[in-house]
Amino acid sequence: MTSFNAGRLALEMRRVTKHFGATCALDDVDFSLRKGEIQALLGENGAGKSTLVKIISGALKSDRGEMTLDGRPYHPSDPLAGRQSGVSMIYQELNLAPHLTVEENIMLGREVHAGGFLKRREVRKKIRDTLEFLHHPEIGCDVPVRQLSLGARQIVEISRAIMDKARILVMDEPTSSLTKEDTERLFQVIRKLKTEGVSIIYISHFLEEVQDVAETYTVLRDGRNVGTGSMAETTLEEIIQLMIGKKITDLFPRVDHERGEAILSVKDLKGVQMSEPVSFDLHRGEILGLAGLIGSGRTETLRAIFGLDAAEGGLVDVGGVKVLKGRPWLMIENSLGLLSEDRQGEGLALSRSLADNITLSRFSPYKKFGFLSVKKRTQAAAQWINALKIKAQGPYQTVASLSGGNQQKAALARLLHQDADVLLLDEPTRGIDVMSKSQIYEWMSRLAAAGKGILFVSSYFPELLGVCDRIAVFFRGQIVDVRAAGDWRDESLMAASTTGKA
Amino acid sequence: MKRKTKLQAFINLLAPFLGLILVIAIFSSMPDVQSRFLRIANLKSVATQSVIVALGALGMTLVIIGGGIDLSAASNIALSSVITAYAINAGLPPLLGILLGVLTGGLIGFMNGVLITELRLVPFIITLGMMGIARGLAKWIANNQKIDAPLSWVNDLMAKSPRPSWLLLAPGVWLMIVFAVAMAVLLRYTVFGRHVFAIGSNEATARLCGVRTKRAKVIIYALSGLFCGLSGVMEFSRLTVGDPTVAVGLELDIIAAVVIGGGSLIGGEGSILGSMIGVFIMAFLRNGCTMMGWPNYIQEIIIGVIIVAAVSLDQIRHRRAA
Repeated sequence: MTSFNAGRLALEMRRVTKHFGATCALDDVDFSLRKGEIQALLGENGAGKSTLVKIISGALKSDRGEMTLDGRPYHPSDPLAGRQSGVSMIYQELNLAPHLTVEENIMLGREVHAGGFLKRREVRKKIRDTLEFLHHPEIGCDVPVRQLSLGARQIVEISRAIMDKARILVMDEPTSSLTKEDTERLFQVIRKLKTEGVSIIYISHFLEEVQDVAETYTVLRDGRNVGTGSMAETTLEEIIQLMIGKKITDLFPRVDHERGEAILSVKDLKGVQMSEPVSFDLHRGEILGLAGLIGSGRTETLRAIFGLDAAEGGLVDVGGVKVLKGRPWLMIENSLGLLSEDRQGEGLALSRSLADNITLSRFSPYKKFGFLSVKKRTQAAAQWINALKIKAQGPYQTVASLSGGNQQKAALARLLHQDADVLLLDEPTRGIDVMSKSQIYEWMSRLAAAGKGILFVSSYFPELLGVCDRIAVFFRGQIVDVRAAGDWRDESLMAASTTGKA
Repeated sequence: MKRKTKLQAFINLLAPFLGLILVIAIFSSMPDVQSRFLRIANLKSVATQSVIVALGALGMTLVIIGGGIDLSAASNIALSSVITAYAINAGLPPLLGILLGVLTGGLIGFMNGVLITELRLVPFIITLGMMGIARGLAKWIANNQKIDAPLSWVNDLMAKSPRPSWLLLAPGVWLMIVFAVAMAVLLRYTVFGRHVFAIGSNEATARLCGVRTKRAKVIIYALSGLFCGLSGVMEFSRLTVGDPTVAVGLELDIIAAVVIGGGSLIGGEGSILGSMIGVFIMAFLRNGCTMMGWPNYIQEIIIGVIIVAAVSLDQIRHRRAA
């Protein structure tokens, strides 16, 4: 690796400041990126990462400060100007038209034509070359994008950026929905781009991954640059400390809890989306982790238990009540609650207020003859906003205007407010910052101590190992192994998830 | 903080309200109609003319907030008016005739709801189909002509000068006011009202949270149908005959009123007060234009412009808020 100071500067920002109303999102931030450098941009939610990269891409304008691109002043008026100057952004939520083909998506807005008629042949060759270069020749030009996996879609986005002759690529949480394999393949692509002199700004909450792929890092906290350095010369603990501003003593705070009687028994349950029937027990005071690859049947099992997908066979026994054909409202009556992995699509009513979202699954305390007490409901919502430290103006704020981490907390607040005995949590910490994660782990442990049973689906092994009492591994629709958490290791979880044998 | 969002809600209603004031101000400053426009008698007549659209808009507001649409509203009004006339003409007591009319509307709405939830088709298609079915049924039952019914107290419901004069407004106007308040309370202060907003905002979330979405949607469309039924009764009261060809295209006026009042066609937003303001904006415009002696096509153009302007203002406001 080249030493930290070598190489020509691709981008330099000096004393960049940005205010939104009274809040200061960026405060005198210096930032620099060399040619062919992979730099991680780290920080908690709301630290200013998004604002910074939006200024770089042209989506936002800074109030103050200078920016140079390849030594020349750079002040893009909008994202298109940024793109034309060679700065491309790959967003967290991918920007592709699902019904159009790979070719149509890549060429969208820059179609090559003669007198209005598309000149497809040259274009297709270029696209094929680009996909080849990215080690993904298997992606066909004529496939509609909706048929591609998330990982493949990301490659399509990157191809688009490369065809734009991007020299700086900003990636915002590119791996949050990817499988481990896709992530590894993405990293190969990133390294390949580096050899071509493309610089990459990489934003992610997965610190282990960041350590793997990035050479340097910059940490933002409360809108300030609090540290820049070489990845190889820093430990994860130091970075976390920079991010949160204090030492985190324990990422997985544990409240002692003891396993009681079985509270949820799943017997030969097979939902319409499941390939195999599944059986297991969950006990009071227990956190049972469900590990496995995406598509291995974990989410599908949760959905079938909760009645979101129809059951074809088997039954669910909740505290002695046997349910053959579950429906969400029925399962809620039987004290089950589910946190969806799809926060925006299913988990939250984005255009409604926090109060509405938090109380939606349990109106009974505020109901008298069908009428709601708005005041009591608002007060209750305010309590949960405090308890979970949700950063919001108040219970009336719409959920859409909250940051991702705070949205996730709102979804969790609803589950806590519902006061279910059995909690089905599907990727509850996806895309949120370390502090919030740690808070959620603590809540899970506290709920177990209060005698609740928790099913915890996660693709992130360290958190499963840190939080769960037992872990079950799914492989191709079946549970292949269940053990106490202490009897699992990162490697054995990986092996069981990918081969079905530990 | 609470104050801030209350202010927000106030601003949301402010735009349509200012629109209404503007319409009234413009016509009352026109020298030709100035003297007549703001007269009590004229205001009464505007209120009476609004009843039919307003009742339809009460149900439509619910449907639109819930993320749906009801294109069968106007046909349903015609069918209900025919049924009411048919029943009274057949010698049934007027009250029973009214009841039958309202229930017919409810039944059509109920069928809309059941078909939408069971066939899992979009409301646009189902209610488009029902629009034709209800209109055809109305013509069939009326044998393709108007049904004359003997005059009764039903025809006083929409009289511009109500019979016990202390009523001040036609009984139909009072009904409209009472139901508007009831619906506003339903939407704001009941569990069902919150469920309607939740379904319109994100149906998957509502289901996840234990809302019985199918049942709620059937109730939404049935309620909308009942209001169309009542509106049909008022139509009969006004015309004194059951006319199967009445109210053609009125569903678009009803939808326009809701949209002008801040209802979002993608669901999750809207209010009864807003919709009622929308109804009155259109009613005053019609009334003012007629007084000015402007031809019908001018009214149509103005209302078209207002719909586009109202919704674009709404969009701008949303973008600011985001």
